[in-house]
Amino acid sequence: MTPAQARTLVSERFPAAQIEPPAEGAPVTVTVPPDQWFALARFAKDDLRCRFFSFLSAVDWKDQGLEVVARLDHLDDRVGLMMKTKLGPGVSACPSITPIFRGADWMEREAYDMFGIRFEGHPDLRRILLTDDWEGHPLLKSYAVDTPHPPYR
Amino acid sequence: MSIAAPGRVEVDYAGSERLTMNMGPQHPSAHGVFRAILTLEGETVVGVDAVIGYLHRCHEKLSETLTYAQYPSIASKTDYVAAMTSEFAYVRAAEQIGKIEVPKRAQYLRVITSELQRVASHLLWLGTWCLDLGGALGGGATIFLYCIRERELILDLFESLVGARLLYGFYQVGGVRYDLPPGWAKTCRETVDLIDSRITEYERMLEDNPFFMARVQGVGYISRELAEDVGIAGPLLRGSGVNFDLRRADPYSSYDDFQFAVPVETAGDCFARYRVRMVEFRESLKIVRQALDGLPEGPISSRPGLKSVAQTRIPKGEAYARVEGARGEVGCYLIADGSAKPYRMKWRGASFSNLAVLPHIIPGHKVADVVAIMGSVDPVFGEVDR
Amino acid sequence: MSESVMLVLVPFIVMNAVIGIVTYVTLLERKFAARMQSRIGPYRVGPHGLLQPIADAIKLMMKEDVVPTAADKPVYNLAPIVFLVPCMFIFATIPFAPGLGVADLNIGILFFLAISSMEIVGLFMAGWGSNNKYALLSAMRAVNQVISYDLPFIFASLVPVLLAGSLQLGDIAAAQSGLWFVFYPVIGQLAFIAFIASTVAAENRAPFDILEAESELVAGFRVEYSGMKFALIQLGEYTHVLGSSFLGALLFLGAWSGPGPEWLGPVWFLIKAMFVFLLVTWVRWSFVRIRVDQILALSWKALLPMTLLLLLATAFVVVWRTSGGA
Repeated sequence: MTPAQARTLVSERFPAAQIEPPAEGAPVTVTVPPDQWFALARFAKDDLRCRFFSFLSAVDWKDQGLEVVARLDHLDDRVGLMMKTKLGPGVSACPSITPIFRGADWMEREAYDMFGIRFEGHPDLRRILLTDDWEGHPLLKSYAVDTPHPPYR
Repeated sequence: MSIAAPGRVEVDYAGSERLTMNMGPQHPSAHGVFRAILTLEGETVVGVDAVIGYLHRCHEKLSETLTYAQYPSIASKTDYVAAMTSEFAYVRAAEQIGKIEVPKRAQYLRVITSELQRVASHLLWLGTWCLDLGGALGGGATIFLYCIRERELILDLFESLVGARLLYGFYQVGGVRYDLPPGWAKTCRETVDLIDSRITEYERMLEDNPFFMARVQGVGYISRELAEDVGIAGPLLRGSGVNFDLRRADPYSSYDDFQFAVPVETAGDCFARYRVRMVEFRESLKIVRQALDGLPEGPISSRPGLKSVAQTRIPKGEAYARVEGARGEVGCYLIADGSAKPYRMKWRGASFSNLAVLPHIIPGHKVADVVAIMGSVDPVFGEVDR
Repeated sequence: MSESVMLVLVPFIVMNAVIGIVTYVTLLERKFAARMQSRIGPYRVGPHGLLQPIADAIKLMMKEDVVPTAADKPVYNLAPIVFLVPCMFIFATIPFAPGLGVADLNIGILFFLAISSMEIVGLFMAGWGSNNKYALLSAMRAVNQVISYDLPFIFASLVPVLLAGSLQLGDIAAAQSGLWFVFYPVIGQLAFIAFIASTVAAENRAPFDILEAESELVAGFRVEYSGMKFALIQLGEYTHVLGSSFLGALLFLGAWSGPGPEWLGPVWFLIKAMFVFLLVTWVRWSFVRIRVDQILALSWKALLPMTLLLLLATAFVVVWRTSGGA
């Protein structure tokens, strides 16, 4: 399977998805709405055979809200698939893909810890890196802006 | 994955008591700060709750306040045992976004230091693993001291090159910071030959020993499917039968100029992972020799001597760059917004993903095997907690 | 000198000599291990580290004696002593030269084996009295291991008894004036190997030191001991190792027989005992340890049947020779 074939398959199955135009050295980047996040992950694992779970994380785009990012790899064909979903301003819930990829377990716990995103369907969502009684979610851009540190942006 | 909550002792209908035992943040298995809450039924582990985060320094937030020239020295503190490859991921990501060319000489120097770092990291792994298996007062300590003796030779090489033994600031966006001092290549070749001969000795010492074989064979089986599902990489993945090495699959920094083999074992147990790393020793040394032979002349950086913060800017964009570290895929997902500092940096630590496999493979083993398995997974907590 | 004075003086001298040798045996082990690991070992305290054991002894004596509040006081306090006394007792029956020894009993080896099994009591008392579940668990495992390996130890020691035809240690040593038992074709070598293996395990030395393997999780049965009590436990362990080395040298390596004049006998004995000790130490610093279940499997499935068969074979050989076979 080549990256071009992957793009075709994804766009056929998910018409609402935005797919980045092909670029040198870039993975197949697909952005879907949150309600199709789980289905895209299932499609990527079963149909595209991208079985290697690389990482899952989030980005805080300030006014535009949070975005969840995940990367999968097809090891034999050397195709990388970057999945993204924009949660929208004020929303911090996202379906969990732990039932599909066991590696998402700790990654989603970290995203919850750092961004406050509640992953629905996660078997054991609790803080992983910070202590259980920590208040706040550090990687949000609104965190600790009033502390005497170099300005966080 | 059901585990007993810490502090609760369950008695099930067969009458056997489940004991919750804490393998605390400080324990003599020298791997760093890691807490495993084990649920035991007699001698067998039935559940593992891994508690991490004791070394969390929030690199990801920190990187948003440091320029692209400042952060590489900090990046080494994630995987502090193999610091060179840690810095590599970050600078590669920045270079990918900014489409910055790296001169050929710099690429070869990066390869040499990465491979020497891999050897040094594996030496530490072998020493501490045998220490866990055999005890601080016993055969493990002997191999540990031999490996440390060899690792010191490599650290001496790094010291004469960079000035630091453990945490360097060698990689910069656009190239490397220092050039080889006179005589370094010769010392490097001698060191490489010496280590090559000693590795054979350690292999014989361990593999001819039935006690060692009894401890590591058949222990800690990771299936291929589990390996890909959890996302473990490096020697763990190759020990479970997947032929995937980033230096071959996605060659970076002139790795396709060099001839080397990628070891793959299918057994999936601790012994397979040990064999993969032992072969990696030799292959890395081969690469170093080839790189030294073919080292081209030229500049060592395409962005030397940055004089102001404005010069460190990277244009808007995003990239995920990964390198084959000693422990697996070390990756840096960088989002740049056109200024001198990143907007978001996600560090994909190899050990974070590797450690996530422990709750899946440990249940069913005896308590003594927990240490053997953890040692073969080889976590470094700087990478796990960042 | 009168009989009663000798009766007190000789054991006193022997006990002190044994303690003295044991303290310097610890230094010997550390230097030997250091050389194996390409380093030097204790070097600074005294010339070439010769005063290191003295410094360690003084340090341990001066340490604060910490007793856990919930510990079972009588059991906890007595355990090191109960552990140490049998270890020292085993030196009572060992003759250092023909006629020179504390008590060359005519059931010498039986006494040795019986008394050396009594330290298990002290070991368990230490684990129990500490009121620490990890100490108890490790003590239980250690007892398990020591008992399992005492049997092959006994059977391997009985081979020289059969060959010499007497339980008296002096007689066994004398019977080797012609040929040391270790050089006996096949039987001698196998018995020596079985002896070394079971003695390493019965003394909780690596690679059978699951006692210390608990260090990977917590420390062994001596976790709650510090200061002088810890020193007594260590002393007991090393005395036991030394005692077994002396026994091994006597049973297999011909005790005091060696070239040179008569009075050189005890010196040869000491040298041979040191050889056995260094053999055990060499094994300790070369091997990784194996798991509990593997240790017990090795004893019950391999070592015990082997020593039983060896004993049987020795019996046949002895009968065959005494009945006039060539």
